[in-house]
Amino acid sequence: MTRNDNNWLLRVNNLTKIYGEPNERTLELTGPEFNSNICPETESIVACADISFDLYPGEVLGIVGESGSGKSTVVKMLYFDLEKTAGDAWLSAYESGEVNILEESNQRKRFIRNRLMGMVYQNPRDGLNFGFSSGGNIAEKLIMAGQMHVGNIRERASDLLYKTEVPVQRMDDRPGTFSGGMQQRVQISKAIANNPPLLFLDEVTTGLDVSVQAKVLDLIRELQNDLGIAMIVVSHDLSVIRMLTDRTIVMKNGRIVESGLTDQILQDPQHEYSQLLVSSLL
Amino acid sequence: MNNILEVNELSKVFNLHILRDKHIEALKNISFSVKEGEIIGLTGKSGSGKSSLMKCIYRTYLATSGEIIYTAKNGPIDMVKANDHEIIALRKSEITYCSQFLSVIPRVPAVDVVSEYLFRSEKDKESVRTKAKHMLEKLALPSELWDAFPVTFSGGEQQRINVARAIIAEPRFLLIDEPTASLDSRTKDVVIDLILALKKKGTSVLCISHDEYTLERLVDRRLHLQLGSITTIEQEEININ
Repeated sequence: MTRNDNNWLLRVNNLTKIYGEPNERTLELTGPEFNSNICPETESIVACADISFDLYPGEVLGIVGESGSGKSTVVKMLYFDLEKTAGDAWLSAYESGEVNILEESNQRKRFIRNRLMGMVYQNPRDGLNFGFSSGGNIAEKLIMAGQMHVGNIRERASDLLYKTEVPVQRMDDRPGTFSGGMQQRVQISKAIANNPPLLFLDEVTTGLDVSVQAKVLDLIRELQNDLGIAMIVVSHDLSVIRMLTDRTIVMKNGRIVESGLTDQILQDPQHEYSQLLVSSLL
Repeated sequence: MNNILEVNELSKVFNLHILRDKHIEALKNISFSVKEGEIIGLTGKSGSGKSSLMKCIYRTYLATSGEIIYTAKNGPIDMVKANDHEIIALRKSEITYCSQFLSVIPRVPAVDVVSEYLFRSEKDKESVRTKAKHMLEKLALPSELWDAFPVTFSGGEQQRINVARAIIAEPRFLLIDEPTASLDSRTKDVVIDLILALKKKGTSVLCISHDEYTLERLVDRRLHLQLGSITTIEQEEININ
């Protein structure tokens, strides 16, 4: 069988984020084996270190771990919300995958973010401008990607709201007047507005009540089936991971402790922490 | 006939860290092969390792040692060492696993569950659904259930959904766990006939069953497991036709 290792959409290599002033022993003295991500010598905090993986087009990758494990930090760096400390990332849809996107200028990063990526945050206030209408939020994303024609923008916005089951007649209302589940759906519309090949979902159902959660998850699954968007799903909830993902990365204390096919992680977890996590599943 | 699968000295040990590093030896030194177009019956008591063996082949379990050489369309590959993306590609294109119990994504109607594998390759969703309904009809699943969610179905109904989903995919290699366990004798025959029809099209099958009637009608050879080891392998019959 041919080993096709060049099919990736996103390649991440040794992505690391450290807060504070680390020394040369900081990485050696932190991690799951110390059950800590705080360096005992410098008190610097290793939010995540040595994170490497490939994401294939249309693939859904889960990142699971407890709060503070660094899972959100990983996607926030990839979406340029956070500055990396070290590491590289390449996107095959950008400059044929030959340019490290984390080293690009802010202007180029904005371009990548608007055209090639989408992000859905846990808190809709992070992803939406509550001063704009729901349609205005989507329009903003379309305009940033170079759309000028007002009629087209309005039409696309209403299509997206329809697709994500937000009542189109509420297009001119502000998200602050919407329920939590509906705000999340507006956020998803905005994130996919420019048909990006890659979508980040950071704890998007956390805090929603169960039936609303189910609807948001169904929507994400449908989008994945219909549009074939590759996704990175960050969640502490293994049921979300099981429902949405093909592969899973398990993180603890800022490091990857295990990665594998999602059914393997759930049925034959290897690492002590993954075993604990799976045994905690209700 | 060439081998589609060769298992060599396969062992599986579960190392349970949270139970003070308890070791459970599920499979010991398993070796056998499956020929192209052959149906192998996997027998043995509950807990003898039949399902573990299947899960190792499908890579839901990671083997501890040994090899599982699968002859894919584009060449042999060791399922123990292959990377995750290679396994995903094989699962999408040629290997299907049908577990003993249906586990599905919630809130998906029965007909879409059955269509799952075909949706990946075929664009025309409605024609896939028609095919799926036809399959459910053959398996005598009442038509008012086709649009319902299988979570609420009886054991036998879920079983039929599960079998229909695997068979409709027409895989090159089918791993199927107790396909006839909770079925009445008429439906049992339908399932057996459907698997035999797949065989005719070239599918190779590894089938776990406790049911003597199913084994009699379905399998070419049997492989008997006891406490994680193979105790008997029936030799293949030499057919001179």
